[in-house]
Amino acid sequence: MSFKELVLQDDPTCATELPARRGTLVVVAMSGGVDSSTVAALLTRDHDVVGLTMQLWDQRRMAQADPCAPKAVHGRCCSTGDVYDARRVAEHLDFPFYVVNFQRQFEETVVRPFVSEYLEGRTPIPCTHCNNHVKFGELLRLARQIGADVLATGHYARVEFDAERGRYLLRKAVDETRDQSYFLWGLSQDQLGRSWFPLGSLRKPEVRELARQFALPVAEKPESHEICFVPDGNYARFLEAYQQDQGAQPADSGGEVVSTDGKVLGQHGGLYHYTVGQRKGLGVAVGNPLYVISLDPASRRVVVGDGDALLSRTCFVRDTNWIAVETPSGGLLVEAKIRHQHPPAPATLFVEGNGVRVEFDTPQRAVTPGQAAVFYQRDLVIGGGWISGAGG
Amino acid sequence: MLEAMLPFLREEYGNASSIHRLGQRARAAVERARAQVAALIHCEPGEIVFTSGGTESDNLAILGAVRASSLPRKHVITSAIEHHAVLRACQALEREGVAVTVLPVNSQGFVEPEQVRQALRPETVLISIMHANNEIGTMQPLREISSIAKEAGVLFHTDAVQSTGKIPVDVKRLGVDLFSLSAHKFYGSKGIGALYIRQGVTLQPVLFGGHREMDPRPGTENVAAIVGLGAAAQLAVESLPLQSQRLAVLRDHLEERILERIEDTGVNGTRVSMRDGEFLRVPNTTNLYFDFIEGEALVIALDLQGIACSTGSACTSGAVEPSHVLTALGLPPERARASIRFSLGKQTTDAEVDILLRTLLPAVERLRALSPRTPAKAHAHLPEVRIL
Repeated sequence: MSFKELVLQDDPTCATELPARRGTLVVVAMSGGVDSSTVAALLTRDHDVVGLTMQLWDQRRMAQADPCAPKAVHGRCCSTGDVYDARRVAEHLDFPFYVVNFQRQFEETVVRPFVSEYLEGRTPIPCTHCNNHVKFGELLRLARQIGADVLATGHYARVEFDAERGRYLLRKAVDETRDQSYFLWGLSQDQLGRSWFPLGSLRKPEVRELARQFALPVAEKPESHEICFVPDGNYARFLEAYQQDQGAQPADSGGEVVSTDGKVLGQHGGLYHYTVGQRKGLGVAVGNPLYVISLDPASRRVVVGDGDALLSRTCFVRDTNWIAVETPSGGLLVEAKIRHQHPPAPATLFVEGNGVRVEFDTPQRAVTPGQAAVFYQRDLVIGGGWISGAGG
Repeated sequence: MLEAMLPFLREEYGNASSIHRLGQRARAAVERARAQVAALIHCEPGEIVFTSGGTESDNLAILGAVRASSLPRKHVITSAIEHHAVLRACQALEREGVAVTVLPVNSQGFVEPEQVRQALRPETVLISIMHANNEIGTMQPLREISSIAKEAGVLFHTDAVQSTGKIPVDVKRLGVDLFSLSAHKFYGSKGIGALYIRQGVTLQPVLFGGHREMDPRPGTENVAAIVGLGAAAQLAVESLPLQSQRLAVLRDHLEERILERIEDTGVNGTRVSMRDGEFLRVPNTTNLYFDFIEGEALVIALDLQGIACSTGSACTSGAVEPSHVLTALGLPPERARASIRFSLGKQTTDAEVDILLRTLLPAVERLRALSPRTPAKAHAHLPEVRIL
């Protein structure tokens, strides 16, 4: 598409220097997977590397509250196997490695908001909260405290410094199928300036190949796509177990399923079982396929309707963070991405208070409160924010 | 120590329970070690049972003593700052229906003997109060507690893992019935320890197996490790008490310099080393808080500079909850998490303590400069770091 006003007219003369001087200390956030392990291997060539793995969650807690938890999870610490893998990589490459405990901060800034968002009828993205507060918050601070200038991670995205405008820019990864910029829109200029994503210019098969060349013990390790603290993917059961663990009565015991014109079609067992756009598991049978149109926490109603009722021309976004610009001008043309798997759609931004109104050129399906809207011009991330509602 | 062990890992591989001469030589070595350990704590060799270490000694003493009692209802007294090997063993007994009283400690880290007396019940079977605490080093008034126990006819166990080999100990003088020790705390190998069981005290075994009748601990003896423990005990006998005096001086010097150069820092537990010729804390450790930082971060920063120290105890680092010992002293959670422990050993020199001091100051300064908890005014300076 063509943008009326490009935030950057041409590719700027960006800093080509490494984020950290040769010979200085770099901390690598290691998950035990092939991506962050390869980052560590790449950086050992020119830097003093220290590996840190975060201990974020103790699965045994939930196993106690939830006797139905999968057996494989019983008695197992959060990612013990991954910690073991990260440690093996550090031993193989011979650099200092530590496991650091951020369980307290993770629960406060990721798990609690995750639970309350669901209970309030939204569909949260815990990874973004974790990036904003834990990985590029607590872990980056610790990295600096122990003497590093930057924190390197296995994210697929690119950071550049635009010297002319004095801003750090975030761009999509060269491998667009792996791009994770959608999860990084919340980073401040300071956080971006201290982050290093060496995989942003590589393709995944190249990363695997590098891992093999470095003879990393995790070179053939499969990827995980689950939310790290909900290893079986059953987040509804996690929410119930967590509330029980907190000694709380289930905050949402269900309500009515209604049609868009207010007709009661049935009962549901809690808003958190539903996501906007969901089709299966509604428990009501009528002729046409029905979708979840919206979730109303005040009345505890699940509103369902046909596919057309899912389309919205407008999306409201709050708590925005701007990366390529200080603040956007009204009427800025962008491509807006409203969930991880959503192909960015042409839209116009209008600043309203501390948020923006996004007007899509063509109505978009399933604008979902709690997800993020991230605004792009080509591969450049302009900024983003949290979706608060849909209109039109 | 290693020299003493080596033959038993090579040609002298006999089983100490065998009839043949190879086995007899192993038996003789085990018995020699038993005598060496007995000499270290001033008891009879027959009162020493070898175990796999402090945890097993504590478990055998507590579970074994309480289960051996024929009282219909049973009660145990312990303290809030015990090692988990004691606390968890007591919790296991609670699940068997045994009542457990966990006594608090004062802000200096001491159990009040009077509280022990008040906690006594007709059904009290055992008192288990540690000798030196493994995190803060404070030494409990065992002689006063043991006379209370004796008066009441109650067995008295002490976890002395942290004091044995660090200061001279005498089980008869302390008046204890059961006394746990571990080799790796005084340069023996890991995975070997002992329990002193006073003559006349009967324990119900925790492990069952072959071996000699009446022995509360079956299993083939780890001859090389036992020989090492004996040698370590012998060396400790020879170097104590001079070594403890030297370390106390060095430790006090380290503490004073740290407190004088770094603000918002303090010692957890008592600072008094000795009173009336008795140690009030082990001479080789100090546990300090550095407000506004995370102890875990300081441990990593120092390790990168070649200095090994720890938060709390090795057994609790990595846990979410702040140390139960520091919490029992009344420290708020932030201060408990801002605490680390330094231990000195017989190879530690004055020069090494000076290196620690030179490294610690900028490390704490950098941590504080980047901590959101640091009050805005001070600590603006951000020292550079080069890792070793």
